Amino acid sequence: MADAAIHGHEHEDTRGFFTRWFMSTNHKDIGILYLITSAIVGFIAVAFTVYMRLELMEPGVQYMCLEGARMFADASAECTPNGHLWNVLITAHGILMMFFVVIPALFGGFGNYFMPLQIGAPDMAFPRMNNLSYWLYVAGTALAVASVLAPGGNDQMGSGVGWVLYPPLSTNEGGMSMDLAIFAVHVSGASSILGAINMITTFLNMRAPGMTLFKVPLFAWSIFVTSWLILLALPVLAGAITMLLMDRNFGFTFFDPAGGGDPVLYQHILWFFGHPEVYIIILPGFGIISHVIATFSRKPVFGYLPMVWAIIAIGALGFVVWAHHMYTVGMSVNQQAYFMLATMVIAVPTGVKVFSWIATMWGGSIEFKTPMLWAFGFLFLFTVGGVTGIVLSQAAVDRYYHDTYYVVAHFHYVMSLGAVFAIFAGIYFYLPKMSGRMYPEWAGKLHFWAMFIGSNLTFFPQHFLGRQGMPRRYIDYPEAFAYWNWWSSIGAFIAFASFLFFFVVMFYTLTRGARVTENNPWNEYADTLEWTLPSPPPEHTFEQLPKREDWDKQHAH
Amino acid sequence: MAHAKDHDYHILSPSIWPLLGALAGFVMLFGAVLWLHEITPYMFWIGFIGVLYVMFAWWSEVVVESHQGDHTPVVRIGLKYGFILFIMSEVMFFAAWFWSFFKHAMYPMNEYFGSTYVPPEIYHVDAWHLPFINTLVLLLSGCAVTWAHHALVHENDRKDLVWGLGIAIVLGVLFTALQAYEYAYLLYKGWEFGNDKFFSNFFMATGFHGLHVIIGTIFLAVCWVRAMKGHFTPEKHVGFEAAAWYWHFVDVVWLFLFFGVYLYGVSQVV
Repeated sequence: MADAAIHGHEHEDTRGFFTRWFMSTNHKDIGILYLITSAIVGFIAVAFTVYMRLELMEPGVQYMCLEGARMFADASAECTPNGHLWNVLITAHGILMMFFVVIPALFGGFGNYFMPLQIGAPDMAFPRMNNLSYWLYVAGTALAVASVLAPGGNDQMGSGVGWVLYPPLSTNEGGMSMDLAIFAVHVSGASSILGAINMITTFLNMRAPGMTLFKVPLFAWSIFVTSWLILLALPVLAGAITMLLMDRNFGFTFFDPAGGGDPVLYQHILWFFGHPEVYIIILPGFGIISHVIATFSRKPVFGYLPMVWAIIAIGALGFVVWAHHMYTVGMSVNQQAYFMLATMVIAVPTGVKVFSWIATMWGGSIEFKTPMLWAFGFLFLFTVGGVTGIVLSQAAVDRYYHDTYYVVAHFHYVMSLGAVFAIFAGIYFYLPKMSGRMYPEWAGKLHFWAMFIGSNLTFFPQHFLGRQGMPRRYIDYPEAFAYWNWWSSIGAFIAFASFLFFFVVMFYTLTRGARVTENNPWNEYADTLEWTLPSPPPEHTFEQLPKREDWDKQHAH
Repeated sequence: MAHAKDHDYHILSPSIWPLLGALAGFVMLFGAVLWLHEITPYMFWIGFIGVLYVMFAWWSEVVVESHQGDHTPVVRIGLKYGFILFIMSEVMFFAAWFWSFFKHAMYPMNEYFGSTYVPPEIYHVDAWHLPFINTLVLLLSGCAVTWAHHALVHENDRKDLVWGLGIAIVLGVLFTALQAYEYAYLLYKGWEFGNDKFFSNFFMATGFHGLHVIIGTIFLAVCWVRAMKGHFTPEKHVGFEAAAWYWHFVDVVWLFLFFGVYLYGVSQVV
């Protein structure tokens, strides 16, 4: 019997457009839907932040005026600062990026497309529920966008309470906007939980014959651990925001001190979700980076087993460190000491991963194709963000840095530069596989360098601003902070230009890019099962389950 | 034939239900916001009916697929994994209510420095009266489900299966009725729906549990109908097993509520 790859070419895809994209039960199509949707939502969230950087470029308020938001500064017209608009934009930027861009791209997009392929499964365990996850994500996005446009606090549109939705701000914010945002998070949480159930079941129940747990490729492992974090953390968030909803609308007093409630309790419950959340965001990125680095170093990944255990350890530790976000709320010193130590312990498995990536490259034959550049960028930037994380983990030092731009710089280095660079590494790495077309190498490299310079220029100066004491979340600042803010804004514009260029590259590649004829356009170290399939893969893959020699590249012991 | 498949997994054909379900969910929640802000209740109800319809249609399809033989042994294992994982996520949902409850019970705000909060005087509900009876009703219902399960698996006795499930359902409805009566009584005795952290925690946790009892009862009722139609065999009864697991999960949550909220919690506020 010939292998599955050959059958693909014989198959005529007879599905109509609506059937294929709106009624899908196919993990590859749903993965593509996730990627495209998250790119669109990502554009909205980035556009918000570029407008904010425009406003912060110079001291004083020139753009976000109560007289009407402006695209061009106009010194002759009066401008009363519109703090509400500013607050709405930071809130929407955070909520969209956290719930509707990065998780859907890495977990929904790459996870859906490549996790089943890497373990040789014909599809997900629950293909129809998989599509429900996607459409609930779309419904959640619609609610989130509706929230920005609905009547909110201060007799304006939208809610300006920060993505963490802390009470009393969130319980006092007027209008429908806040309730819509709460439901948006509910729906996106339901979508993620269903996705996690699906991924875990697929991983446990549908691995190719002979593929024991510790033979599973690292990306599939990272998706598996991420699924557990989603499964156990997101329902707790759902509980917290349900309590907010009750406080807002039914006179409950979970978080209202007048009725014996405690606003700090909300922070605890939120961060019990929120800290696993940051690992939910970054772990699938770790998986992608492992494959990219191994492929372009022409070496198998160094220390497979420690890499797996490091992912598991990071996932487990992620649940016991949440209150390091809350050193200044008045916890006892003992509690702070515990959370500080537990937080620093996470540096150990993370260090195992970073050093294993470096060891993978050591002595390898490194090829600087675009995905590898992104992986290099990831490695450097994520490590910078990790190191500032160690600084912030110290409760005493955090007294000074709390709610300053140092924190903003830190979490953008791990997320905006870590997770997003991992997404781009994944896109360039897998684009030939998903589309059957190769991007122009120079364009990918130009995108990388523009983004690398732009985003570093945006966020590195923010460390300095934080050290100078500039607080987060303000529309304006004193003259003293002007210099580095100006540079930071210039960086944001460069990064935004690179993002626009990325859409051009994608459009060009998908319509005119050179056809990829071989199954594996890279080299023999891209040795997981997805590279044994045609590019793009046929509608149904692995109808004949893969044989062991297709994926087990190690010599028999 | 190019597409001969050599695996037992279930590859589904395209389906409209996920799209409709998400759409109905959007309409329901958007409608809920409109209702909360007293604009119109109708949009919520339209969405709600849509959600119920999609659930019914979707799961009917699953039952049909089961009869077509799509649920091979490996697919059944997957379905069971999926349901256990769903229950685990529900456990974490309840963790949020218990977190809030125990925080407020163990570290009440009136003990904080500078707090002006004075806890209200509340009517002291005796845990060993109606709440204890309710505990017994729910546990007995769980026993009936286990009896039904035993009858199916070991004796393949449909009559006992139907009886066991029937008793479990009746006891489940009785629990809901007694709980509704207790709510009414407590509200009559001066408890309020909100306005204090104790009432907030009490009604959130027991109310959410009550919702799960109602859902579980419906789930058992569906199994009861299916049992009468002879859908379950000793080897193949994933739907029934899932309903039984769910029901035991609801039982266990109630035990935590009984000991935590009724016995310990009420004694704290008096």
